[in-house]
Amino acid sequence: MSYHWNFASVFDNWWALAIGVVGTLKLFVVCLVIGMSVGLIVGLGRRSSRRPVRWLSTAFVEFFRNTPVLVQILWFYYALPILVPIEVSPFLAAILGISLNSAAYSAEIFRGGIQSIEPGQWEAARALGMTWLQCMRRIILPQSIRRVIPSLTNRGVEIFKMSTLASVVAYVELLQQGKLIASLNFNPLEVYTVIAAIFLIILYPIVRVTYAVERRLARSD
Amino acid sequence: MSSPILQLNGLAKSFGGIEVFRNIDLEVNAGDRIAILGASGSGKSTLLRCVNVLETPNSGEIAVDGKTVGSKQRSGALKYTERELCTLRQKVGMVFQQFNLFPHMTVANNVAEGLKVVKGIASDKARGRAVSELQRVGLAEKADEFPSRLSGGQKQRVAIARALAMDPEILLFDEPTSALDPALVGEVLSVIEQLANEGRTMLLVTHEIGFAYHMATRIVFLAEGGIYETGTPDDVLKNPKRPLTQQFLADHQRFHF
Repeated sequence: MSYHWNFASVFDNWWALAIGVVGTLKLFVVCLVIGMSVGLIVGLGRRSSRRPVRWLSTAFVEFFRNTPVLVQILWFYYALPILVPIEVSPFLAAILGISLNSAAYSAEIFRGGIQSIEPGQWEAARALGMTWLQCMRRIILPQSIRRVIPSLTNRGVEIFKMSTLASVVAYVELLQQGKLIASLNFNPLEVYTVIAAIFLIILYPIVRVTYAVERRLARSD
Repeated sequence: MSSPILQLNGLAKSFGGIEVFRNIDLEVNAGDRIAILGASGSGKSTLLRCVNVLETPNSGEIAVDGKTVGSKQRSGALKYTERELCTLRQKVGMVFQQFNLFPHMTVANNVAEGLKVVKGIASDKARGRAVSELQRVGLAEKADEFPSRLSGGQKQRVAIARALAMDPEILLFDEPTSALDPALVGEVLSVIEQLANEGRTMLLVTHEIGFAYHMATRIVFLAEGGIYETGTPDDVLKNPKRPLTQQFLADHQRFHF
């Protein structure tokens, strides 16, 4: 193979890539926060003593877990505005699709974590006179979250990479910018290689940090 | 004569249609130390767990300081609100067979947690109180360790300190030494004995019959779904009147030497 790599044509457009990185990070942070918080609430809902709450949470999880994120993003972008008179920007469509899908998955992670805590922990906390909420906040959740950090890390990584799906509605993120550069300079090999590398360079340190957090929290074991 | 601090009236509990006990009446006065004995499955632990409503009784009443806990439903069963249960549980401390310390907190924080969260006491004051409770059980120097670094006996002593910190009127011990290495039983029993000497009111479910004999003011023997025989330790343990009590004691003394 006598292919001549020409990365210069990619780096000439570094500003476009930089804008893409910012777009990706923005989407990632928003989806991470919404996905995890909604996930926690839905995960708690799955264990509620009230039947309607349990039913709704389960329906939410099953709906968003069993439909493709790409379809959800397209649906929120093209279909939702037909049903309700609101303007849905590419950013909003991507947030809705990715966050709600992630919420469904993290709900299951949180539920599993909470269920894995020995009943004796609840009993000890209740026997001290704590309310359900105090038990949850002080005793059950801190232990559950410790146990599910590896799974949540996976979820976070997944969210970061799912941000590329937003390019389907032309949201300005890394892949969208890459596609643009590639189509203008006819250099897809270099562009997509660089984009993969950028993902790796950003994600790997983040994952290392969560390992460190895991180790720090494991200090009590 | 002051009114009893705890009264159980006609308490009944069944799990999925299988009755554990019915019609349990029990009066606990300040300073009483009641040992609850019985064969496995006789409902000792369930009875104890009904006292602070970790298990909800199917019928019957619990009264603390003369006040009935819960409110009557139309069905006749009592319904307990969360607030009522929290108040009840602050008056009734509990020590579990499996210790149930909070593994993510240091020993001192385990003891201080109830003070901070339930009683709303400021952190530094709660810590001071926690350390003094730990001193009482001889573990002040372990205050900043995590529970995973302690032996079973030490864990149980921390659990006792955690219950004591809440200033309960009654302490419930649910087989406090059953999960322990025989060599570690003594240190836990000494702490309980020390509390007995201070005049604490307690209900104790145990298999340590010798300890029950020396420590209790009253023995309650459960069998056939109810209180089968009750009286002073001398009455019940030295001169049992009824066959199942006699059988139980004979089984326990089989290998004495």
